[in-house]
Amino acid sequence: MTYTQISILAVAVVIVLDLGVVRTGLLRRRVFWVSYSIIATFQLITNGILTGFRIVRYEDSAIVGSSTPVDAAPPFLGDGRIAYAPFEDLLFGFALVVLTMVLWVWLGRHDVQRTPYAGPPRLALRRSPRSRRP
Amino acid sequence: MSRFAYVAVLAFVVIGSVWLEIALRTRVFARVRRLVLTIVPVAAVFGVWDLYAISRGHWTFDFSRMTGVVLPGGLPLDEVLFFVVVPLASVLTLEAVRSARQWQVGDEPAGSCVDGIRGDSS
Repeated sequence: MTYTQISILAVAVVIVLDLGVVRTGLLRRRVFWVSYSIIATFQLITNGILTGFRIVRYEDSAIVGSSTPVDAAPPFLGDGRIAYAPFEDLLFGFALVVLTMVLWVWLGRHDVQRTPYAGPPRLALRRSPRSRRP
Repeated sequence: MSRFAYVAVLAFVVIGSVWLEIALRTRVFARVRRLVLTIVPVAAVFGVWDLYAISRGHWTFDFSRMTGVVLPGGLPLDEVLFFVVVPLASVLTLEAVRSARQWQVGDEPAGSCVDGIRGDSS
């Protein structure tokens, strides 16, 4: 199987796992999509470094785009790449993140260190809603 | 570039996420057993995927910018660390968002209200 095929399969597997098999239902929750947006942003930066500097190189027979060039950086965008990395890496990352969170929540549900729950924050990341002033 | 380029990227991920444990009280490190039981299977599954991809030549590595430590089967140590660091950062992020927003994650006891997080009654 190619990287493209495996990564699509992996995304399908974790979706079925979350919604159908263990029913953690993370993909229906706001908390997941906000967390994933933050993680995906950092993935684009860190993976962009690893692929842009060609620390990791890809073979064209495995991905939709072309092979990582021998003597230059791959395209930043286009030819199947997003931020230097094959778009397949985003599918790979999505599957990795969903599998991790499904396991984490599933274990909590089964009373494996369900508590202590997170919070409250020590550091307020946003202003308290509508601070009242007399 | 040095042989620690890959590891430096991983260090950035760790530094960029562990502060959440203190600032947002994510309490992930207070639940180490649960964390280990989460990371080990994920690292195993993705390690197997990585080994397959390496064996089929889907991707290759520039070992001059990696630790150079390679596990049996051709899996670089840097990649193993990746499969530990990224799940750790993912759990920290999830718990940080829960802490900041008090949104349900799905492990709350049904119909209860714990630490300001309302349980899932559905």
